[in-house]
Amino acid sequence: MTRKMNSPWWFLTPYVLLFIVFIIVPVLMAIALSFTYFNTIENPEYIGLRNYIELMTRDDVFMQHVLPNTIRFAFIVGPVGYLMSFILAWVLAQIPHKSRTVFAIILYSPSMTAGIAMAVVWTVMFSGDQTGYINATLLNWGLISEPIQFLTSPQHLMNIMIVVSLWSSMGVGFLAMLAGILNIDQTLYEAAYMDGVKNRWQEIFYITIPSMKPQMLFGAVMAVVGTFTVGAIGVQLSGANPTPQYAGQLMVNHIEDFGFIRYLMGYASAVSVILLIMIYMISKMTFNLLGDKDKG
Amino acid sequence: MAKSFHGMKINPKRFHRSQIKFYVILLPMALFMALPILFIVSHAFKPMNELFAYPPRFFVRVPTLQNFRNLIDLAAESGIPFSRYLFNSLLVTGVGVFLSILVTSLAAYGLSKLKFKGKKLLFEINTLALMFVPIAVMIPRYLTIARLGLIDTYAVLILPLIAIPVGLFLMKQFIDQTPNEVIEAAKIDGASEMQIFLKVIMPIIAPAIATVGILSFQLIWNDVVGPTLYIDQEEMKTLSFYFQTLAALVGTPAGGNPVAGQGMLAAASLIMFVPNILMFLFLQAKVMNTMAHSGIK
Repeated sequence: MTRKMNSPWWFLTPYVLLFIVFIIVPVLMAIALSFTYFNTIENPEYIGLRNYIELMTRDDVFMQHVLPNTIRFAFIVGPVGYLMSFILAWVLAQIPHKSRTVFAIILYSPSMTAGIAMAVVWTVMFSGDQTGYINATLLNWGLISEPIQFLTSPQHLMNIMIVVSLWSSMGVGFLAMLAGILNIDQTLYEAAYMDGVKNRWQEIFYITIPSMKPQMLFGAVMAVVGTFTVGAIGVQLSGANPTPQYAGQLMVNHIEDFGFIRYLMGYASAVSVILLIMIYMISKMTFNLLGDKDKG
Repeated sequence: MAKSFHGMKINPKRFHRSQIKFYVILLPMALFMALPILFIVSHAFKPMNELFAYPPRFFVRVPTLQNFRNLIDLAAESGIPFSRYLFNSLLVTGVGVFLSILVTSLAAYGLSKLKFKGKKLLFEINTLALMFVPIAVMIPRYLTIARLGLIDTYAVLILPLIAIPVGLFLMKQFIDQTPNEVIEAAKIDGASEMQIFLKVIMPIIAPAIATVGILSFQLIWNDVVGPTLYIDQEEMKTLSFYFQTLAALVGTPAGGNPVAGQGMLAAASLIMFVPNILMFLFLQAKVMNTMAHSGIK
């Protein structure tokens, strides 16, 4: 049966089909729906740019909470997570194989925990009464006199979300960068030291990073995507959508709120489109940033 | 000169005093990463009085399986036996991982070694789709799936998660590295492209297969979106869904005792986590091998 299968389409059709149905079509549909009013019962009705205009001018929650939260969250978790991945990968490359493997597995394992594990560990750790580990420790040390409502208080929720996200951010990108560093040709370093590279910093900037640029870019994309995917944790940690005083509300939660709680699918789609554009622009920005460094 | 030369110390063969500074950085980081996971393990085996204890204790003293038993009993009370959720999860994940590997490696071979129109464009679209965040388009995805009549089928838990852009990307980069000579030799012997793929390529790309397998395993095994949005019948839902509803229940009046709930949730987290970590432990060397070719060029 396999004797005559030479056409490329034997190979590509299944993937391309699934790719179109579950990735391309939803993205195009999000764009199309974002110009409509759609409550899932009646047919979508074309309303032009009204969703976008409403989003920018009328939706106080979006402009005052969701957008600033998302930007703050993304601009901390993305770069810090990425930098941490690189630094830890680089440090791991400086120690022998056996201990490196053990450490790499430990650092990678949080990214394998599902949402439920995040919810359970971190809610118990930060639990608002004295049985919460952090509260119990702080009380024990006499640093606070009464337990802090970490997960329900607006001023703490966002910071906790950031810590939890960073905890689980050593994922595929981190592994790629580690492999990238380990695979750099050793003779490049020798040659560089002949040419006058003097210390570790120069070594990192002139040899390591340029030699593993492909992995650096891959890691960057994974960092951006990871940052926007973990958006649900605010809801998981505080146990409510919307989160208390919208303190942990990110765009993903806003989409869910309008789409599946209020059934305003057209409006939610407009938020989706803005989110996709943001992810794309941030990835592009990162690419340019990394690309420029190489020239300089 | 030799003294100031550091580069050779990358990937060193054995421990040296000069490496101590790196361990000083790594140990606290590893501790921060590992503590929550150790906590889950320890919490899952705590008996009721230790879950209640004040001040709370990190490590379990008298381990018990009570939390796991509660987890199973609670499922039975709600009408769906625990084994049913487990069966669904295993079925969906098993079939899903197999299909994902097959579909992805076929496409990767096509993109890497075959010649056809639009090949470059296809790969570029896929690279762009690396940035795709599925939850951003959960609504149109839901509408598409509803239109296709896939609601309440096992297929809906599998099909949306098979085409993973990252998987295809990694696999294609890996196949790029395989020598063309073996393919040419097989062609001279009269093999078709499909035969070459099955008999020559598949064995060489085992590391990439392991990697895609792990990625898709994590995606399907941990998935809660599918069973929440696309499945209405309780007996078709998976473990991840059952645990997720449990997590939402604990702390609400309907959830009973919140402290007892925490023990169950820790047990549930452990059940979700263990298969993931085991797979990675067994396959980590292969994953690292694949990642070496992972760059965006």
